[in-house]
Amino acid sequence: MTSIAIGKDIIRKEAWDKVTGRALYNADYASPGLMHGVLVTSTCAHGLIKSMDYSEAQQMPGVKAILTGDYHPMLTGPVIEDRPPLARDKVRYYGEPVALVIANSKAEAAAAASKIKIQYENLPTVDKPSAAMSKEAPLVHEHIDQYRHVIPEVYPQANSNIVHQVKIRKGDMNKGWQASEVTVEGEFFLPQADHIAMETRNTRAEILPSGDIIVHSSSQAPFGVRKLISQHFGVDLGKVVVNVPLVGGGYGGKAPIQMEFLAVMASQAVGGRPVLIANTREQDISASPSKLSLEAKVKLGASRDGILQAGEYTFIVGTGAYADSGPRMTGSMASNCTGPYKLDNVWCDAYCVYTNHTYATAYRGFGHTSFTFAVERAMDKLAAALNLDPVELRRKNLIKAGDTSPSQVILTPSRLGDVAQCLDKVEKLINWSEGSRVEIDNNRIRAKGVACLWKTSDSPTDAIAAAIVAFNSDGSINLNVGAVEIGPATKTTLAQILAEKMKMDVNRVHVEMEVNTRVSPHHWKTVASMSTYMVGRAVEEAAKDAINQIISLAAIAMKCSPEDLALGQEQVYLKDDPNIYIDLAHIAHGYKYPGGNTIGSQVIGRGTYVMPHLSSLDRENGKGKPGPYWTPGAQAVEVELNLADYTYKILRAATVLDAGKVINPKSAKGVVMGGMSMGLGLGSRESFIYDQEQELQNTSLRSYKVLRIGEQPEYLVDWVETPNANAPFGARGIGEHGIVAIHAALVNALSRAAQVELDQVPVIPELIWQKREEEKA
Amino acid sequence: MIPLNFEYYRPETLADTVDIFDKLDAEGKQPMYYGGGTEIISMGRMSNLTTGALIDLKEIADCKVLEYQQEQLVIGSSVTLTQIHETNLFPLLSQAGARIADHTIQNKITLGGNLCGTIIYKETVLPLLLSDSQVFIAGPGGQRTVPINSVFKERMQLGKGEFVAQIKVDKKYVSCPYVHVKQTKQDKITYPLVSICTMAVSGGIRAAFSGVCGFPFRSIAMEEELNDRSRSMEQRIDKAIDLTPGPILADLEGSMEYRKFIIKGLLNSIINQLEE
Amino acid sequence: MFQLTGEGLIELNVNGETRKALVRPADTLLFALRERLGLTGAKPGCENGDCGACTVLVDGWPIKSCLMLAVEAVGREIQTVEGLNGAPIQKAFVDKFAFQCGYCTSGFIMNCQGLINIHPDASDEVMQEWLQSNICRCTSYQEITEAIKSVLITENT
Ligand SMILES: Cc1cc2nc3c(=O)[nH]c(=O)nc-3n(C[C@H](O)[C@H](O)[C@H](O)COP(=O)(O)OP(=O)(O)OC[C@H]3O[C@@H](n4cnc5c(N)ncnc54)[C@H](O)[C@@H]3O)c2cc1C
Ligand code: FES
Ligand code: FES
Repeated sequence: MTSIAIGKDIIRKEAWDKVTGRALYNADYASPGLMHGVLVTSTCAHGLIKSMDYSEAQQMPGVKAILTGDYHPMLTGPVIEDRPPLARDKVRYYGEPVALVIANSKAEAAAAASKIKIQYENLPTVDKPSAAMSKEAPLVHEHIDQYRHVIPEVYPQANSNIVHQVKIRKGDMNKGWQASEVTVEGEFFLPQADHIAMETRNTRAEILPSGDIIVHSSSQAPFGVRKLISQHFGVDLGKVVVNVPLVGGGYGGKAPIQMEFLAVMASQAVGGRPVLIANTREQDISASPSKLSLEAKVKLGASRDGILQAGEYTFIVGTGAYADSGPRMTGSMASNCTGPYKLDNVWCDAYCVYTNHTYATAYRGFGHTSFTFAVERAMDKLAAALNLDPVELRRKNLIKAGDTSPSQVILTPSRLGDVAQCLDKVEKLINWSEGSRVEIDNNRIRAKGVACLWKTSDSPTDAIAAAIVAFNSDGSINLNVGAVEIGPATKTTLAQILAEKMKMDVNRVHVEMEVNTRVSPHHWKTVASMSTYMVGRAVEEAAKDAINQIISLAAIAMKCSPEDLALGQEQVYLKDDPNIYIDLAHIAHGYKYPGGNTIGSQVIGRGTYVMPHLSSLDRENGKGKPGPYWTPGAQAVEVELNLADYTYKILRAATVLDAGKVINPKSAKGVVMGGMSMGLGLGSRESFIYDQEQELQNTSLRSYKVLRIGEQPEYLVDWVETPNANAPFGARGIGEHGIVAIHAALVNALSRAAQVELDQVPVIPELIWQKREEEKA
Repeated sequence: MIPLNFEYYRPETLADTVDIFDKLDAEGKQPMYYGGGTEIISMGRMSNLTTGALIDLKEIADCKVLEYQQEQLVIGSSVTLTQIHETNLFPLLSQAGARIADHTIQNKITLGGNLCGTIIYKETVLPLLLSDSQVFIAGPGGQRTVPINSVFKERMQLGKGEFVAQIKVDKKYVSCPYVHVKQTKQDKITYPLVSICTMAVSGGIRAAFSGVCGFPFRSIAMEEELNDRSRSMEQRIDKAIDLTPGPILADLEGSMEYRKFIIKGLLNSIINQLEE
Repeated sequence: MFQLTGEGLIELNVNGETRKALVRPADTLLFALRERLGLTGAKPGCENGDCGACTVLVDGWPIKSCLMLAVEAVGREIQTVEGLNGAPIQKAFVDKFAFQCGYCTSGFIMNCQGLINIHPDASDEVMQEWLQSNICRCTSYQEITEAIKSVLITENT
């Protein structure tokens, strides 16, 4: 059957609002009387707050309140409660919020903030994940064992910086090593980096005389905000209302809750009046959470014929000064540690540790970008040791249905998809057979690199979604869901799913772009590439519910049995004679008989969804089911390296994902290319740079560099479509996956071009130069 | 958003400008000249600015000039990098300016502001140093025109209340063969790792550098080494690099050793081009 | 001599209308447009000249409105994205899927519009030089490139 809306390049619903400047983001709603909060952040990476003098600031014009850590002491965190919204007694990273000034205008608040004098007594710092593991390491948190656990499966170790540990024990390592005729080992480092959503995080809050707390925030998790505000401020859940309009990019960075606590505290301090707190770019980079850092060791063993026999992985995950979702990401990394390869003997120790750096949170790929780099670089080393073509080695070892994941989930075609097809296609896209290293002239080398990936959701086991489908009297639909529109056209995709189910024009499906937690049905969070899947399932359910209502009512109106009827093009018609029909508009708000009597009323469909059979990872062997399915893929990059100065151009970058079903090809391609662009940024230029004192050096876009136009390669994207039996139309999530292995492919290409082992990112020309010099020496 | 409060004045003549400076200064307002404002606004937002009044130079007729007057190209200090680039009257200056910040900001950055700012790169000064330009300076003490090579020592040496009104370049330099290269750590839009302007004049090659030391410079001593054709290219360059007027930078853009490696490579290819 | 010595009313010519705005001399044009005139199409992304989200046209040229004082704009013609009425570049952005979150879009479109006005036949090189002033974190720039090229007069069309 030809589809109406699925597989079509539907233009996003809010497209014209976005190109006319009329689309509104959170900070675009100005109101007279809005007050402004400005943060004062720590200039010390680890220290005791000796004194804070805000006497001068207090006297400044327009200043209404100055808050410090003592104002509303609390500890927050999604996994373990370790973070005060404003530092108390001590600071743990450069950029940590220490005070908040609230004034009539932003200029007045900022002027006062610059007058606050804070003295710190410096403490020794923890500068990298491996240093955090040492017995002599300074403690970032002295009482790690006393923090409240939000989820039971988190295992902090007292008197250490280790906040969580995950173990994977699968198969028999001794057997694996014995069967390994060739082994390779590598150590890899991926530094912290930033999300750089173009809209910096901002929140407005007010407390009404009724006690309702109204929050407006640029958040990926409105329902999470509501829950935690309710909990930490002791207000009934329903009395907290969180509104989220369009969001200017998130990539995971707007899933954690930080500004919201501060804004509510600020409003509290000024009698409930509305207060806006908006990060400057510098604060967004240094004060708000970032991407984790990783030090990884990977050891692979294979038989002479290139079949993997054993894999040993040690991940030391730097979560920065606070845990946030670091422990969850550590689990996610461990449970997928092999990458999409069949390995019967797997040993993985993953530690999540504190450092004196900006704390980390979810970042597109949820830890997968980091460990995948290590795995895919190790695969290239193994290929070299075996004298095998890197694509060939991968092909020999790709995981298939019937194999098990590191956390021992039995894989089926529906759960896993077809990574072999992805690799075949990417190999052709990048034209691998023409040669993976070609000398163009004396100075220029062209080289290619390839890498594979997989990722599942790693969501909480009780994450839910819901949808409400309410009919208008003209037969059109209002779709209301709790997912936030952060960019990937989620809401339009959901409208496509609904239109297809209702067999109607997608233009007749109206989607509410904003989320209001009092009006919108629940959705866990807009993260993990799971919205199309989870909310899509809820939309399907709601459509089914609505169709039932419509058909039953039509059956009465048309004096026939519901079984005789079908719905399409906004008509309910007789299956055996479509010329006999009733317009949906005549049923959507009840059916009115010719005399005026009416039966039925507004058709409102509801649907809900929870992912079945997820389980947490076992503490001793990591057994558990971290997500409902995987999205696998393969990526490749071609570079041209100039040996005169080690500058390089990224010529082409290719990705093939098993998307299950591509619902909106152009949107999907755009999202994947966007992910690739970010990943190439991480591979080539992006990282946090700390000085000796662990002060972050590159807090602005002047010094924190992202790709600009003209620096991008030619992008090639293609799909494999192995349906996921549980998903709407078989669709797998693809929102994150473009980023996951692309930097690995890039660095594989660069290592091949420069003939040095590049085992860290970002690869800047100076790094290649340095490695070549070391090689010479 | 700039927390600080200040006053804003936009005079239209050199005389008014000096008068208003004197008046504001007497009132203790620590007045500052304002060109494109790109640096002043950035510093203001970070609360790194202390001034009670800005004097915008962009409406002063003398500072807006961009034309040949007899044998001299006259460039007013309020002329933007984009205007210099679009008219392309001095190709080397136009190219150096076109690599500062980004195109949109070049619509705002003025020549005077780039020359007199606090940024350590000031890449527009390089072509001016090579072409022995003259600087027309106005101030409370009157007006003076001085060679840039005497008034620019690490930075523009201006007296209190003085400002740059115009730059004058002899026509003969405008069409000299030149090479400009700006090499960066990785990105196109960023500060230089090394920025080099070179010009071939009758006496040999002239070279000026930014991003090499903590200030932009032209060094006669280095030029002498570079032009010493009795030595091998490698020796000429090595000798020259030993003579930088200050320590070679090591910072976020790159280490000292890597900078040296890059400078050597660039000088090699530049000299080859110019001596062809 | 034009001057503003404290908070006061200035007149700005925006999108063909003369509008009054109460500003401090230290207020940026970005602030005045957004907070005083309700023109929130121009966005703050860095307020440091690095991202281009705040780009508007001043006398036809793209300017980062975070690096211009509102008082500086007195007497100049300002055009914001709200003042573009169905310009071809807007449709091109829609057709080419040249945005996702849309936060960078106003700034990108205004920069493109400036280029289209001033160099309607810009080469790829010039186009890139201009557009490198803006950052988009969602897209890959391939779509934006397609959008602007579909509006510029190239040799092929
Ligand atoms: C994103 C970005 C990237 C940049 N990258 C570079 C780069 O790579 N290389 C580089 O060289 N520059 C770079 N700059 C430019 C530099 O940092 C300054 O912003 C710029 O040079 C200032 O010019 P302006 O006209 O805006 O000066 P303003 O901000 O108006 O003034 C700067 C200083 O000069 C003084 N001044 C201005 N005009 C005069 C005058 N006529 N006489 C005397 N004093 C005067 C002012 O009082 C002030 O102290 C960059 C700027 C930005 C925003
Ligand atoms: S906000 Fe103006 S350039 Fe970023
Ligand atoms: S569309 Fe999101 S930043 Fe460009």
